[in-house]
Amino acid sequence: MAKKLAIIASKGTLDGGYPPFILASTAAALGFEVKIFFTFYGLQLLKKDLSLKVSPLGNPAMPMPVPVPSIIQIIPGLEWFATWMMKRKLKQKGVASIEQLREICLESDVELIACQMTYDLFDFKPDDMIEGISHGGAATFLEFAGDADVTLYM
Amino acid sequence: MSEYDVELDTSGLNCPLPVLKARKSLSTMETGQRLHLIATDAGAKMDIPAFIKMTGNVLVETSEQDGKLHFVLEKG
Repeated sequence: MAKKLAIIASKGTLDGGYPPFILASTAAALGFEVKIFFTFYGLQLLKKDLSLKVSPLGNPAMPMPVPVPSIIQIIPGLEWFATWMMKRKLKQKGVASIEQLREICLESDVELIACQMTYDLFDFKPDDMIEGISHGGAATFLEFAGDADVTLYM
Repeated sequence: MSEYDVELDTSGLNCPLPVLKARKSLSTMETGQRLHLIATDAGAKMDIPAFIKMTGNVLVETSEQDGKLHFVLEKG
């Protein structure tokens, strides 16, 4: 019987989007049955047009070319710059894009579940989202996670 | 280097792409056929054996040449 991996994806930033898709696609390649439950900001990861960003604000661990004090990080454009820098670095180092990993997840039958409550809360529309996702709530996730071998909250 | 049927060069690609691409190649191959996988991702050194261990395939050979990792995998 296949091992099972259950993931809750709750972050909608560029850096927060990688872990669920990397682990899910890899687990599927290793023969796991995988479901990801996208809730709160994690729902952003299921949109057709991803405009994910990374912010240095409130993230003292983010490597910057020069030290930028927190008070300066609120200036307009810094988030844009940090995102541009991160995307460039990811490309340079041969890291797959989120879109690419998400596509591999769908191809390898990873079930992508949109949390119905947050979907309604943030007024998402079916047209905003990629094809092939399903919807569910806490019980849907727990039914699967209840006998999963690995369960992760991200 | 052992004989192989298919070659897959993942040079320049990073985790988890070497594993994902290896799986894709193996899925198109027949049992007993061999895949020569080339990788520059340092993590592949640990990840490819882990992937092989979990999927019922066989790691025939591992070597390192000119900064590149070479694996020969046999489809199980």
